[in-house]
Amino acid sequence: MTGIDSLNTVSDSLAKAENSGSQDTGWLMHHILDARELDFEPFGTIHLPNINLFGFDISITKHVIFMWLAAIILILIFRTVSKAYQKSLAPKGLSNFIEVLIIFVRDEIAKPTIGKGFERFLPYLLTVFFFILTCNFLGLVPYGSTATSNISITATLAILSFIMIQAGGIIHNGFLGYFKGLVPHGVPAWLLPIMAVVEILGLFTKPFALAIRLFANLTAGHIVILALLGLIFILNTYFVAPVSIAFALFIYLLEILVALIQAYIFTMLSSLFIGMAVHQDH
Amino acid sequence: MLLFSNIAFLALAGSGGEQGGLLDVVPGLIFWTVITFVLLLLILKKMAWKPILNSLNEREKLIKESLEKADNARREAEKLIEENKAALSKAEEEAQKIIAQGREFSEKLRDQILIESKSEAKKIIDLANAEIARKNQEAFNQLKEEVANIAINAAEKIIRENLDADKQKNIVKKYLSDLTKN
Repeated sequence: MTGIDSLNTVSDSLAKAENSGSQDTGWLMHHILDARELDFEPFGTIHLPNINLFGFDISITKHVIFMWLAAIILILIFRTVSKAYQKSLAPKGLSNFIEVLIIFVRDEIAKPTIGKGFERFLPYLLTVFFFILTCNFLGLVPYGSTATSNISITATLAILSFIMIQAGGIIHNGFLGYFKGLVPHGVPAWLLPIMAVVEILGLFTKPFALAIRLFANLTAGHIVILALLGLIFILNTYFVAPVSIAFALFIYLLEILVALIQAYIFTMLSSLFIGMAVHQDH
Repeated sequence: MLLFSNIAFLALAGSGGEQGGLLDVVPGLIFWTVITFVLLLLILKKMAWKPILNSLNEREKLIKESLEKADNARREAEKLIEENKAALSKAEEEAQKIIAQGREFSEKLRDQILIESKSEAKKIIDLANAEIARKNQEAFNQLKEEVANIAINAAEKIIRENLDADKQKNIVKKYLSDLTKN
Protein backbone atom coordinates (compact mmCIF):
# COMPACT_ATOMS: atom_id res chain seq x y z
CA MET A 1 0.00 0.00 0.00
CA THR A 2 2.71 2.40 0.99
CA GLY A 3 4.62 1.98 -2.24
CA ILE A 4 1.65 2.75 -4.41
CA ASP A 5 0.59 5.66 -2.22
CA SER A 6 3.97 7.25 -2.35
CA LEU A 7 4.09 6.59 -6.09
CA ASN A 8 0.77 8.29 -6.50
CA THR A 9 1.88 11.29 -4.56
CA VAL A 10 5.06 11.51 -6.59
CA SER A 11 3.31 11.19 -9.89
CA ASP A 12 0.62 13.57 -8.75
CA SER A 13 3.11 16.19 -7.77
CA LEU A 14 5.04 15.66 -11.00
CA ALA A 15 1.88 15.91 -13.00
CA LYS A 16 0.81 19.04 -11.20
CA ALA A 17 4.15 20.57 -11.88
CA GLU A 18 3.98 19.79 -15.58
CA ASN A 19 0.31 19.98 -16.27
CA SER A 20 -2.58 21.58 -14.51
CA GLY A 21 -4.75 18.45 -14.74
CA SER A 22 -4.33 15.59 -12.27
CA GLN A 23 -2.48 12.61 -13.75
CA ASP A 24 -2.28 9.11 -12.38
CA THR A 25 -0.12 6.30 -13.73
CA GLY A 26 -2.08 3.66 -11.85
CA TRP A 27 -4.05 2.91 -14.99
CA LEU A 28 -0.82 2.06 -16.83
CA MET A 29 0.58 -0.28 -14.22
CA HIS A 30 -2.88 -1.69 -13.74
CA HIS A 31 -2.63 -3.26 -17.20
CA ILE A 32 0.79 -4.72 -16.56
CA LEU A 33 0.78 -5.82 -12.95
CA ASP A 34 -0.86 -8.86 -11.55
CA ALA A 35 -4.29 -8.36 -10.00
CA ARG A 36 -6.80 -10.05 -7.79
CA GLU A 37 -9.59 -9.57 -10.29
CA LEU A 38 -10.29 -10.03 -13.96
CA ASP A 39 -11.24 -6.78 -15.62
CA PHE A 40 -13.80 -6.86 -18.37
CA GLU A 41 -14.50 -3.19 -18.71
CA PRO A 42 -17.11 -2.02 -19.39
CA PHE A 43 -18.86 -5.29 -18.58
CA GLY A 44 -17.62 -5.40 -15.01
CA THR A 45 -14.98 -7.29 -13.10
CA ILE A 46 -14.67 -10.80 -11.69
CA HIS A 47 -13.11 -10.91 -8.23
CA LEU A 48 -10.82 -13.86 -7.65
CA PRO A 49 -10.79 -15.69 -4.33
CA ASN A 50 -8.04 -15.37 -1.76
CA ILE A 51 -6.57 -18.70 -0.78
CA ASN A 52 -4.28 -19.22 2.17
CA LEU A 53 -2.46 -22.47 2.71
CA PHE A 54 -0.44 -22.95 5.91
CA GLY A 55 0.02 -19.23 6.14
CA PHE A 56 1.10 -18.92 2.51
CA ASP A 57 -0.84 -16.62 0.28
CA ILE A 58 -1.55 -18.74 -2.76
CA SER A 59 -4.42 -16.66 -4.09
CA ILE A 60 -5.36 -17.23 -7.68
CA THR A 61 -4.53 -14.05 -9.53
CA LYS A 62 -5.01 -12.75 -13.05
CA HIS A 63 -1.70 -14.15 -14.23
CA VAL A 64 -2.46 -17.55 -12.74
CA ILE A 65 -5.74 -17.56 -14.64
CA PHE A 66 -3.93 -16.72 -17.85
CA MET A 67 -1.33 -19.38 -17.23
CA TRP A 68 -4.11 -21.89 -16.82
CA LEU A 69 -5.78 -20.57 -19.93
CA ALA A 70 -2.51 -21.10 -21.82
CA ALA A 71 -2.22 -24.60 -20.38
CA ILE A 72 -5.79 -25.46 -21.36
CA ILE A 73 -5.30 -24.08 -24.87
CA LEU A 74 -2.11 -26.11 -25.25
CA ILE A 75 -3.74 -29.29 -23.97
CA LEU A 76 -6.68 -28.85 -26.34
CA ILE A 77 -4.46 -28.11 -29.33
CA PHE A 78 -2.08 -30.97 -28.70
CA ARG A 79 -4.84 -33.44 -28.01
CA THR A 80 -6.23 -32.65 -31.46
CA VAL A 81 -2.82 -32.83 -33.08
CA SER A 82 -1.96 -36.06 -31.33
CA LYS A 83 -5.22 -37.62 -32.46
CA ALA A 84 -4.61 -36.44 -36.02
CA TYR A 85 -1.30 -38.31 -36.02
CA GLN A 86 -2.98 -41.49 -34.89
CA LYS A 87 -5.24 -41.31 -37.92
CA SER A 88 -2.58 -40.67 -40.51
CA LEU A 89 1.10 -39.86 -40.60
CA ALA A 90 0.54 -37.12 -43.15
CA PRO A 91 -0.34 -33.90 -41.30
CA LYS A 92 -2.77 -31.28 -42.49
CA GLY A 93 -4.23 -28.04 -41.23
CA LEU A 94 -3.53 -27.44 -37.54
CA SER A 95 -1.19 -30.41 -37.17
CA ASN A 96 0.80 -29.16 -40.12
CA PHE A 97 1.33 -25.80 -38.45
CA ILE A 98 2.14 -27.29 -35.05
CA GLU A 99 4.47 -29.79 -36.67
CA VAL A 100 6.52 -26.96 -38.17
CA LEU A 101 7.04 -25.54 -34.67
CA ILE A 102 7.79 -28.93 -33.11
CA ILE A 103 10.31 -29.75 -35.82
CA PHE A 104 11.80 -26.28 -35.43
CA VAL A 105 12.33 -26.85 -31.71
CA ARG A 106 13.69 -30.33 -32.35
CA ASP A 107 15.96 -29.68 -35.33
CA GLU A 108 16.95 -26.03 -34.89
CA ILE A 109 17.10 -25.74 -31.11
CA ALA A 110 17.59 -29.06 -29.34
CA LYS A 111 19.58 -31.07 -31.89
CA PRO A 112 22.38 -28.57 -32.64
CA THR A 113 22.78 -27.27 -29.07
CA ILE A 114 22.53 -30.49 -27.06
CA GLY A 115 23.67 -32.98 -29.66
CA LYS A 116 23.69 -36.61 -28.66
CA GLY A 117 20.93 -37.57 -26.23
CA PHE A 118 18.81 -34.49 -26.96
CA GLU A 119 15.63 -36.57 -27.00
CA ARG A 120 15.54 -36.72 -23.21
CA PHE A 121 15.20 -32.94 -22.91
CA LEU A 122 12.84 -32.52 -25.82
CA PRO A 123 9.60 -32.73 -23.79
CA TYR A 124 10.79 -30.01 -21.42
CA LEU A 125 12.01 -27.74 -24.22
CA LEU A 126 8.84 -28.19 -26.26
CA THR A 127 6.63 -27.50 -23.25
CA VAL A 128 8.60 -24.41 -22.30
CA PHE A 129 8.53 -23.13 -25.85
CA PHE A 130 4.82 -23.58 -26.40
CA PHE A 131 3.90 -22.43 -22.89
CA ILE A 132 5.85 -19.18 -23.17
CA LEU A 133 4.64 -18.65 -26.72
CA THR A 134 1.01 -19.07 -25.71
CA CYS A 135 1.40 -16.86 -22.63
CA ASN A 136 3.06 -14.19 -24.78
CA PHE A 137 0.27 -14.26 -27.30
CA LEU A 138 -2.44 -14.23 -24.66
CA GLY A 139 -1.07 -10.83 -23.62
CA LEU A 140 -1.81 -9.50 -27.10
CA VAL A 141 -5.46 -10.51 -27.01
CA PRO A 142 -8.05 -7.97 -25.84
CA TYR A 143 -8.73 -8.35 -22.11
CA GLY A 144 -5.69 -10.59 -22.06
CA SER A 145 -2.79 -10.39 -19.68
CA THR A 146 0.80 -11.45 -20.23
CA ALA A 147 1.71 -13.97 -17.57
CA THR A 148 5.28 -13.93 -18.86
CA SER A 149 5.60 -10.21 -18.04
CA ASN A 150 5.52 -11.16 -14.37
CA ILE A 151 8.95 -11.57 -12.82
CA SER A 152 7.69 -14.25 -10.43
CA ILE A 153 6.57 -16.42 -13.30
CA THR A 154 9.61 -15.90 -15.50
CA ALA A 155 11.84 -16.50 -12.47
CA THR A 156 10.03 -19.75 -11.77
CA LEU A 157 10.41 -20.85 -15.39
CA ALA A 158 14.09 -19.95 -15.19
CA ILE A 159 14.45 -21.93 -11.96
CA LEU A 160 12.86 -24.92 -13.66
CA SER A 161 15.34 -24.46 -16.52
CA PHE A 162 18.12 -24.24 -13.92
CA ILE A 163 16.95 -27.52 -12.40
CA MET A 164 16.84 -29.14 -15.85
CA ILE A 165 20.33 -27.87 -16.65
CA GLN A 166 21.85 -29.12 -13.39
CA ALA A 167 19.91 -32.39 -13.47
CA GLY A 168 20.98 -33.02 -17.05
CA GLY A 169 24.61 -32.30 -16.22
CA ILE A 170 24.61 -34.39 -13.05
CA ILE A 171 22.82 -37.37 -14.60
CA HIS A 172 25.15 -37.38 -17.58
CA ASN A 173 28.47 -36.71 -15.85
CA GLY A 174 27.86 -37.95 -12.32
CA PHE A 175 27.61 -35.65 -9.31
CA LEU A 176 31.33 -35.16 -8.73
CA GLY A 177 32.22 -35.34 -12.38
CA TYR A 178 29.80 -32.56 -13.19
CA PHE A 179 31.19 -30.14 -10.62
CA LYS A 180 34.75 -31.05 -11.54
CA GLY A 181 33.94 -30.45 -15.17
CA LEU A 182 32.66 -26.96 -14.45
CA VAL A 183 36.21 -25.68 -14.24
CA PRO A 184 37.82 -25.70 -17.66
CA HIS A 185 40.87 -27.87 -18.34
CA GLY A 186 44.36 -26.43 -18.15
CA VAL A 187 43.66 -23.82 -15.50
CA PRO A 188 46.64 -23.15 -13.17
CA ALA A 189 46.17 -24.57 -9.70
CA TRP A 190 46.33 -21.21 -7.91
CA LEU A 191 43.46 -19.96 -10.08
CA LEU A 192 41.18 -22.83 -9.11
CA PRO A 193 39.51 -21.20 -6.09
CA ILE A 194 38.65 -18.11 -8.08
CA MET A 195 37.51 -20.10 -11.11
CA ALA A 196 35.33 -22.27 -8.94
CA VAL A 197 33.59 -19.22 -7.50
CA VAL A 198 33.20 -17.69 -10.96
CA GLU A 199 31.79 -20.87 -12.43
CA ILE A 200 29.38 -21.44 -9.55
CA LEU A 201 28.23 -17.84 -9.91
CA GLY A 202 27.89 -18.46 -13.64
CA LEU A 203 25.47 -21.29 -12.95
CA PHE A 204 23.11 -18.85 -11.28
CA THR A 205 23.55 -15.87 -13.57
CA LYS A 206 22.37 -17.91 -16.55
CA PRO A 207 18.83 -18.53 -15.28
CA PHE A 208 18.77 -15.04 -13.78
CA ALA A 209 19.44 -13.61 -17.23
CA LEU A 210 16.76 -15.89 -18.68
CA ALA A 211 14.19 -14.62 -16.20
CA ILE A 212 15.04 -10.94 -16.58
CA ARG A 213 15.21 -11.11 -20.39
CA LEU A 214 11.79 -12.67 -20.78
CA PHE A 215 10.21 -10.43 -18.18
CA ALA A 216 11.73 -7.20 -19.48
CA ASN A 217 10.93 -7.87 -23.13
CA LEU A 218 7.34 -8.76 -22.48
CA THR A 219 6.80 -5.86 -20.08
CA ALA A 220 8.50 -3.22 -22.18
CA GLY A 221 6.28 -3.68 -25.20
CA HIS A 222 3.11 -3.29 -23.19
CA ILE A 223 4.42 -0.25 -21.36
CA VAL A 224 5.37 1.41 -24.63
CA ILE A 225 1.95 0.73 -26.15
CA LEU A 226 0.19 2.04 -23.08
CA ALA A 227 2.46 5.06 -22.91
CA LEU A 228 1.79 5.90 -26.54
CA LEU A 229 -1.94 5.63 -26.02
CA GLY A 230 -1.60 7.55 -22.73
CA LEU A 231 -0.09 10.40 -24.68
CA ILE A 232 -3.56 11.17 -26.01
CA PHE A 233 -4.86 11.71 -22.47
CA ILE A 234 -1.75 13.38 -21.12
CA LEU A 235 -1.68 15.92 -23.92
CA ASN A 236 -5.45 16.18 -23.75
CA THR A 237 -5.94 16.50 -27.48
CA TYR A 238 -7.38 14.37 -30.26
CA PHE A 239 -4.78 15.53 -32.76
CA VAL A 240 -2.17 13.26 -31.31
CA ALA A 241 -4.47 10.24 -31.54
CA PRO A 242 -3.61 9.17 -35.14
CA VAL A 243 0.10 9.33 -34.38
CA SER A 244 -0.30 7.50 -31.09
CA ILE A 245 -2.44 4.79 -32.63
CA ALA A 246 -0.11 4.35 -35.58
CA PHE A 247 2.88 3.99 -33.29
CA ALA A 248 1.00 1.75 -30.89
CA LEU A 249 0.00 -0.47 -33.83
CA PHE A 250 3.61 -0.61 -34.93
CA ILE A 251 4.73 -1.59 -31.43
CA TYR A 252 1.92 -4.14 -31.30
CA LEU A 253 3.21 -5.77 -34.49
CA LEU A 254 6.67 -5.63 -33.02
CA GLU A 255 5.32 -7.37 -29.94
CA ILE A 256 4.07 -10.26 -32.07
CA LEU A 257 7.63 -10.62 -33.26
CA VAL A 258 8.94 -10.26 -29.71
CA ALA A 259 6.48 -12.89 -28.47
CA LEU A 260 7.90 -15.36 -30.98
CA ILE A 261 11.51 -14.34 -30.51
CA GLN A 262 11.43 -14.45 -26.71
CA ALA A 263 9.83 -17.88 -26.66
CA TYR A 264 12.54 -18.98 -29.08
CA ILE A 265 15.35 -17.35 -27.10
CA PHE A 266 14.25 -18.76 -23.75
CA THR A 267 14.05 -22.26 -25.24
CA MET A 268 17.24 -21.81 -27.24
CA LEU A 269 19.28 -20.61 -24.26
CA SER A 270 17.86 -23.27 -21.95
CA SER A 271 18.79 -25.84 -24.55
CA LEU A 272 22.24 -24.31 -24.99
CA PHE A 273 22.89 -24.35 -21.25
CA ILE A 274 21.67 -27.93 -21.03
CA GLY A 275 24.03 -28.80 -23.88
CA MET A 276 26.91 -27.08 -22.09
CA ALA A 277 26.13 -28.92 -18.86
CA VAL A 278 25.80 -32.29 -20.57
CA HIS A 279 28.84 -32.06 -22.83
CA GLN A 280 31.31 -30.19 -20.67
CA ASP A 281 34.38 -30.87 -22.74
CA HIS A 282 33.57 -28.09 -25.19
CA MET B 1 10.46 11.12 -18.26
CA LEU B 2 7.49 10.72 -16.02
CA LEU B 3 6.98 7.20 -17.23
CA PHE B 4 10.53 6.08 -16.72
CA SER B 5 10.82 7.64 -13.32
CA ASN B 6 7.64 5.84 -12.37
CA ILE B 7 8.97 2.51 -13.56
CA ALA B 8 12.19 3.06 -11.69
CA PHE B 9 10.25 4.05 -8.64
CA LEU B 10 8.02 1.03 -8.86
CA ALA B 11 11.02 -1.20 -9.21
CA LEU B 12 12.49 0.31 -6.10
CA ALA B 13 9.21 0.31 -4.23
CA GLY B 14 9.49 -3.47 -4.11
CA SER B 15 7.54 -4.34 -1.01
CA GLY B 16 4.11 -5.75 -1.78
CA GLY B 17 0.86 -3.93 -1.59
CA GLU B 18 -2.55 -4.70 -2.95
CA GLN B 19 -1.22 -4.43 -6.47
CA GLY B 20 2.43 -5.18 -5.82
CA GLY B 21 5.45 -3.79 -7.59
CA LEU B 22 6.79 -4.63 -11.01
CA LEU B 23 9.76 -6.52 -9.59
CA ASP B 24 7.97 -8.16 -6.69
CA VAL B 25 8.50 -11.85 -6.34
CA VAL B 26 5.28 -13.34 -5.06
CA PRO B 27 5.54 -16.81 -3.47
CA GLY B 28 1.94 -17.68 -4.37
CA LEU B 29 2.66 -17.07 -8.05
CA ILE B 30 5.80 -19.18 -7.90
CA PHE B 31 3.76 -21.95 -6.34
CA TRP B 32 1.10 -21.79 -9.03
CA THR B 33 3.63 -21.50 -11.81
CA VAL B 34 5.46 -24.61 -10.65
CA ILE B 35 2.19 -26.54 -10.28
CA THR B 36 0.86 -25.38 -13.65
CA PHE B 37 4.06 -25.90 -15.54
CA VAL B 38 4.92 -29.28 -14.10
CA LEU B 39 1.38 -30.54 -14.63
CA LEU B 40 1.39 -29.18 -18.18
CA LEU B 41 4.74 -30.82 -18.80
CA LEU B 42 3.54 -34.19 -17.50
CA ILE B 43 0.22 -34.05 -19.34
CA LEU B 44 1.75 -32.92 -22.63
CA LYS B 45 4.58 -35.41 -22.33
CA LYS B 46 2.17 -38.29 -21.99
CA MET B 47 -0.51 -36.98 -24.31
CA ALA B 48 1.36 -35.07 -26.99
CA TRP B 49 5.13 -35.21 -27.13
CA LYS B 50 5.55 -38.95 -27.00
CA PRO B 51 2.99 -39.87 -29.68
CA ILE B 52 3.77 -36.86 -31.87
CA LEU B 53 7.54 -37.30 -31.74
CA ASN B 54 7.14 -41.02 -32.25
CA SER B 55 4.97 -40.55 -35.29
CA LEU B 56 7.34 -37.89 -36.62
CA ASN B 57 10.26 -40.29 -36.26
CA GLU B 58 8.20 -43.07 -37.75
CA ARG B 59 7.28 -40.92 -40.70
CA GLU B 60 10.85 -39.79 -41.21
CA LYS B 61 11.93 -43.41 -41.17
CA LEU B 62 9.16 -44.27 -43.62
CA ILE B 63 10.19 -41.48 -45.97
CA LYS B 64 13.82 -42.50 -45.74
CA GLU B 65 12.93 -46.11 -46.44
CA SER B 66 10.67 -45.16 -49.30
CA LEU B 67 13.39 -43.05 -50.83
CA GLU B 68 15.86 -45.87 -50.47
CA LYS B 69 13.36 -48.29 -51.94
CA ALA B 70 12.68 -45.98 -54.84
CA ASP B 71 16.40 -45.59 -55.41
CA ASN B 72 16.86 -49.35 -55.36
CA ALA B 73 13.95 -49.82 -57.73
CA ARG B 74 15.42 -47.24 -60.07
CA ARG B 75 18.78 -48.95 -60.00
CA GLU B 76 17.11 -52.30 -60.64
CA ALA B 77 15.15 -50.85 -63.53
CA GLU B 78 18.29 -49.37 -65.02
CA LYS B 79 19.98 -52.73 -64.72
CA LEU B 80 17.02 -54.38 -66.42
CA ILE B 81 17.07 -51.86 -69.23
CA GLU B 82 20.77 -52.47 -69.67
CA GLU B 83 20.15 -56.20 -69.77
CA ASN B 84 17.31 -55.77 -72.21
CA LYS B 85 19.47 -53.65 -74.44
CA ALA B 86 22.21 -56.23 -74.38
CA ALA B 87 19.73 -59.01 -75.14
CA LEU B 88 18.21 -56.99 -77.93
CA SER B 89 21.54 -56.30 -79.59
CA LYS B 90 22.46 -59.95 -79.23
CA ALA B 91 19.16 -60.97 -80.81
CA GLU B 92 19.72 -58.55 -83.64
CA GLU B 93 23.16 -59.95 -84.25
CA GLU B 94 21.70 -63.42 -84.25
CA ALA B 95 19.03 -62.39 -86.70
CA GLN B 96 21.62 -60.83 -88.98
CA LYS B 97 23.62 -64.00 -88.83
CA ILE B 98 20.59 -66.09 -89.65
CA ILE B 99 19.68 -63.85 -92.56
CA ALA B 100 23.22 -64.02 -93.89
CA GLN B 101 23.22 -67.76 -93.55
CA GLY B 102 19.90 -67.98 -95.32
CA ARG B 103 21.12 -65.80 -98.12
CA GLU B 104 24.25 -67.87 -98.52
CA PHE B 105 22.26 -71.06 -98.49
CA SER B 106 19.75 -69.77 -101.00
CA GLU B 107 22.54 -68.62 -103.29
CA LYS B 108 24.15 -72.00 -103.10
CA LEU B 109 20.84 -73.62 -103.71
CA ARG B 110 20.16 -71.41 -106.70
CA ASP B 111 23.55 -72.19 -108.16
CA GLN B 112 23.02 -75.85 -107.63
CA ILE B 113 19.58 -75.72 -109.15
CA LEU B 114 20.94 -73.76 -112.09
CA ILE B 115 23.65 -76.30 -112.67
CA GLU B 116 21.28 -79.17 -112.28
CA SER B 117 18.73 -77.66 -114.61
CA LYS B 118 21.40 -76.92 -117.15
CA SER B 119 22.62 -80.49 -117.10
CA GLU B 120 19.03 -81.67 -117.20
CA ALA B 121 18.34 -79.47 -120.15
CA LYS B 122 21.45 -80.75 -121.85
CA LYS B 123 20.36 -84.29 -121.16
CA ILE B 124 16.92 -83.55 -122.55
CA ILE B 125 18.45 -81.92 -125.62
CA ASP B 126 20.74 -84.92 -126.07
CA LEU B 127 17.83 -87.23 -125.73
CA ALA B 128 15.86 -85.17 -128.19
CA ASN B 129 18.81 -85.21 -130.64
CA ALA B 130 19.12 -88.94 -130.30
CA GLU B 131 15.40 -89.27 -130.90
CA ILE B 132 15.63 -87.01 -133.88
CA ALA B 133 18.50 -89.08 -135.25
CA ARG B 134 16.62 -92.23 -134.60
CA LYS B 135 13.49 -90.78 -136.24
CA ASN B 136 15.57 -89.69 -139.22
CA GLN B 137 16.99 -93.18 -139.57
CA GLU B 138 13.54 -94.61 -139.34
CA ALA B 139 12.22 -92.18 -141.87
CA PHE B 140 15.13 -93.01 -144.13
CA ASN B 141 14.51 -96.68 -143.74
CA GLN B 142 10.85 -96.19 -144.52
CA LEU B 143 11.76 -94.11 -147.47
CA LYS B 144 14.11 -96.83 -148.62
CA GLU B 145 11.33 -99.36 -148.32
CA GLU B 146 8.97 -97.01 -150.10
CA VAL B 147 11.48 -96.46 -152.86
CA ALA B 148 11.98 -100.20 -153.14
CA ASN B 149 8.25 -100.65 -153.38
CA ILE B 150 7.98 -97.92 -155.95
CA ALA B 151 10.84 -99.49 -157.85
CA ILE B 152 9.20 -102.85 -157.71
CA ASN B 153 5.96 -101.31 -158.88
CA ALA B 154 7.76 -99.53 -161.67
CA ALA B 155 9.55 -102.70 -162.57
CA GLU B 156 6.29 -104.53 -162.64
CA LYS B 157 4.85 -101.89 -164.89
CA ILE B 158 7.84 -102.01 -167.17
CA ILE B 159 7.77 -105.77 -167.20
CA ARG B 160 4.18 -105.69 -168.11
CA GLU B 161 4.83 -103.24 -170.94
CA ASN B 162 8.11 -104.87 -172.24
CA LEU B 163 8.23 -108.65 -172.29
CA ASP B 164 11.66 -108.54 -173.53
CA ALA B 165 13.43 -110.47 -170.87
CA ASP B 166 16.95 -109.38 -171.59
CA LYS B 167 16.10 -105.86 -171.83
CA GLN B 168 14.22 -106.29 -168.62
CA LYS B 169 17.12 -107.87 -166.98
CA ASN B 170 19.41 -105.00 -167.87
CA ILE B 171 17.03 -102.44 -166.69
CA VAL B 172 16.58 -104.17 -163.36
CA LYS B 173 20.26 -104.59 -163.02
CA LYS B 174 20.91 -101.03 -163.85
CA TYR B 175 18.19 -99.96 -161.50
CA LEU B 176 19.48 -102.03 -158.67
CA SER B 177 23.01 -100.84 -159.12
CA ASP B 178 21.80 -97.29 -159.09
CA LEU B 179 19.90 -98.02 -155.96
CA THR B 180 22.88 -99.48 -154.18
CA LYS B 181 24.97 -96.56 -155.28
CA ASN B 182 22.61 -94.30 -153.55
